[in-house]
Amino acid sequence: MATPGRRRTSTPLWLTANAVGLAVLLVCIFPVYWMISRSTLPNNRIRTKDQTWLPLNPTNDNYGRVLDGDGFRNALTTSLAVTLMTVAVALLFAFLAAVAVSRFRFRGRASFIMTLLLIQMIPAEGLFISQYKMLEGMSLLNSVFGLTLVYVASVLPFTVWTLRGFVDGVPMELEEAAMMDGCSRLRAFFTVTLPLLAPGLVATGLFGFIQAWNEFTLALVVMTDPAKETLPVWLIGFSESRSRGVDWGAIMASSTLITIPVIVFFLIVQRRMVAGLTAGAVKG
Amino acid sequence: MSARSRARRTSLPLGLVLPAAALLALALAYPLGRQVVLSLQSFGLAQQFGAPPEWVGIQNYRDLVGDSYLWTVVLRTVIFCFVNAALTLGIGMGIAVLMTKMTSWVRIAAQCGLLLAWAMPVVAAMIVWQFLFDTEYGAVNAVLTWWGGDYESHSWLASPMSFFAVATLIVVWMSVPFVVFTLYAALTQVSDDVVEAAEIDGAGGWQRFVHVVLPSIRPVLLVVLLLQLIWDLRVFTQIYTLQKAGGITRDTNLLGTYIYSLGIKGGDFGTAAAAAMFMLALTVVVTAPYIRMMLKQED
Repeated sequence: MATPGRRRTSTPLWLTANAVGLAVLLVCIFPVYWMISRSTLPNNRIRTKDQTWLPLNPTNDNYGRVLDGDGFRNALTTSLAVTLMTVAVALLFAFLAAVAVSRFRFRGRASFIMTLLLIQMIPAEGLFISQYKMLEGMSLLNSVFGLTLVYVASVLPFTVWTLRGFVDGVPMELEEAAMMDGCSRLRAFFTVTLPLLAPGLVATGLFGFIQAWNEFTLALVVMTDPAKETLPVWLIGFSESRSRGVDWGAIMASSTLITIPVIVFFLIVQRRMVAGLTAGAVKG
Repeated sequence: MSARSRARRTSLPLGLVLPAAALLALALAYPLGRQVVLSLQSFGLAQQFGAPPEWVGIQNYRDLVGDSYLWTVVLRTVIFCFVNAALTLGIGMGIAVLMTKMTSWVRIAAQCGLLLAWAMPVVAAMIVWQFLFDTEYGAVNAVLTWWGGDYESHSWLASPMSFFAVATLIVVWMSVPFVVFTLYAALTQVSDDVVEAAEIDGAGGWQRFVHVVLPSIRPVLLVVLLLQLIWDLRVFTQIYTLQKAGGITRDTNLLGTYIYSLGIKGGDFGTAAAAAMFMLALTVVVTAPYIRMMLKQED
């Protein structure tokens, strides 16, 4: 890889670049800092005209109020159920499809791949009306199964695509060598290829987790019963209703709680995501 | 090869693809077909009490096309999409190029910040930005007042222009990191030799950028642009939450929120389905060049 900045850079350009770099850092971090710092302040120190920039004497009262409330815990249960089911089903189905696409040449293979790429362009907003009517007809509105169904469909194309890349990365020769040694094809696959795919499965699973955990639009459409809301829908409702302007501390604490798992997982899969998003788009 | 094993060879991969294909057919293809049917039906009060929907032919489409509000919303959606995509790409490109000139610790610090902004769940980001722009206790009003502006209790979401300015700021803030990371990765792949050769030939910094660097990252740039257009066309969560926080819905609707308010809130599934077909058509129009490019590669 070429090392950037090896060529001599003029002083004004160098100064501008570094000033912009620091500005970018500030603009990116400030909202996150504000969310976390306000979540540790009592409301009487948030609801004031002169804001404290540094959160001295923090408190965990806000977190206590959120975690004790029924709303957050209900939504957490729903979110976890939907997210984990989505990841499990999507990984299984995508894994099988990825193996087929990567290891076999069969009729309809090319059109299957094309369909996956095209599906990724369908905006959820262009289809949620009929998905709503479909789930209504199947009595799956306000059901974790109904939401899981539409979630799996939306993460499946990307998941198949990413996993296919990982399966491609494991050379056929390894499997063939094991088969020479007397393994059946199935056994060779499970003992040789599958362990090598573990990192890929983890990364893809984490990506699906982030997608399903963050998703708002379909959850809003499918989960109309307040008792069945997922965390994002609950949070928006919480921030707009009785607590608006009253309990910003609790709102910031809930936002922080929802953000933490995403940031942790995101840092793990980030490198692969840059590659995956563009590779999925460039490669035929 | 025997006929039996050939049959096995074709049925095994098809069997492996089947679960994924069946699920996509059920959750996407079937609703897509159903939507066409819905868009030809009328839903009113009687249907809420269980009466079957009435067939109205293309009346829903006629109503929509004849309603100037739809065109206002479509125009607004397209403008919002292009402005946001252009700003995101412009700013992202600028940062990515300057990143190649930064001292390494500044670059790493900036990358960490961008990563954090990128990782932020959209809902959490919306809540924090709403809080920053809050009328009474928002940090933005506090800072602007402290600087001597007249921003005491200023409401940012009350007028459509200011509403969309805030929405744009948030959408761009959330989208720029992806663009920066992708373009920066592409920039580091540009061959140093070619750039140096251009320098020896007497090309200035700007000329080198336009004639050497830009053409070599063109494929990546195109993909990023098209992804950005698709994403900004379907922006829903940001607009919906800002509307909830105090925007005037009618003056700030984009296609996504319009479809939602027609169908899910209003119960008029026929018209909503027809409007959703507009949304799909718009997506096809915007992404047509990209799809053509893909089809060409596939051949």
